[in-house]
Amino acid sequence: MTREQATTLIGERFGVAQVEGESPLVVTLPVDQWASFARFAKETLGCRFFSFSTAVDWKEQGLEVVAKVDNLDERLSLLMKTKLGAGVTTCPSLVPIYRGANWMERECYDMFGIRFEGHPDLRRILLSEDWEGHPLLKSYAVDTPHPPYR
Amino acid sequence: MGLCVPGAHPRVEIKPPIPIIPAPIWKNIKDLQEWEQLHQKRPEGDKHSAAFESITEGIHSFPGGFVVTTLADAFFNWARKSSVWPVTFGLACCAIEMMATFASRFDVERLGMVPWASPRHSDLMVVSGTVTIKMAPMLERIYAQMPDPKWAVSMGSCANSGGPFRHGYHVVKGVDRVIPVDVYVPGCPPPPESLLNGLLLLQEQIAHFRRTGERAAPNPKVD
Repeated sequence: MTREQATTLIGERFGVAQVEGESPLVVTLPVDQWASFARFAKETLGCRFFSFSTAVDWKEQGLEVVAKVDNLDERLSLLMKTKLGAGVTTCPSLVPIYRGANWMERECYDMFGIRFEGHPDLRRILLSEDWEGHPLLKSYAVDTPHPPYR
Repeated sequence: MGLCVPGAHPRVEIKPPIPIIPAPIWKNIKDLQEWEQLHQKRPEGDKHSAAFESITEGIHSFPGGFVVTTLADAFFNWARKSSVWPVTFGLACCAIEMMATFASRFDVERLGMVPWASPRHSDLMVVSGTVTIKMAPMLERIYAQMPDPKWAVSMGSCANSGGPFRHGYHVVKGVDRVIPVDVYVPGCPPPPESLLNGLLLLQEQIAHFRRTGERAAPNPKVD
């Protein structure tokens, strides 16, 4: 599947989605189409490899969740983006579609505090369980004390 | 003491000016003030046992007994410094340099150092790398498992002060906030020669380890 075919297919199914870029193909979506687009990307576009998932903190504009999925057979890679909006910390989970998203979303929850709805096991993965706050948010102060060690 | 001007009256003296020593500049640096407050000091109990203390005190009070205690001290210290066993414990990229130091090319075994895989048989801990908040309790525990007298070498910028990760959210700003450190080896990472120098400095410190448990910079004239 070439890039043009993918762009047309996405345009037919998801009219609101904004498609740009060469490789990866950047698809910007509203939040409510996040999971349905992932299923479409896996089943129709053949992007079966879940590369990564992360988030960006745009301060006042809120958080943006980013995920990259690849079709390794036909050399197509999709970068999915969605803005959650100011003050929103919930996002649909991709774990029912991609099992590889499990730990990625746990890390995302750990660092940004995004609660993925439908995630089977949303716990902290890198930081200890009693950690307060989510350190990759822009509002997390540098040099936050953590007794007794810092 | 003053200087006499040649040819002048012998009571006329020129006194040398009293030098005004400025306060050390590091007193004004916030991070170093923090270090002064927060670094771990040697615990009070870090000495020989009470029984040993009393015996040596008894011998010491005899006339001429100091010869015995001094010789015994020197002997024990010689034995200690000649068999420092570092515990096999690596944290980050500095551990690679530490392994190179322990391997055959630099060969610390000629100094009596055998990397040993159990903290219960070891005397030295080389903290090689970044200490994270998650790792610090484990490090403290391994250090607690080592029998006294024990020493610690902080290797590399990260272990000394946090290094490039100092302001990261998860990094302990220097391992001396967790355990007392004897020798700081600078570098990022320190090459094996540098660590070797640190280990030799440590041996020198051990050689001057006194019954009081003080581990000041070696100075043979003290005591």
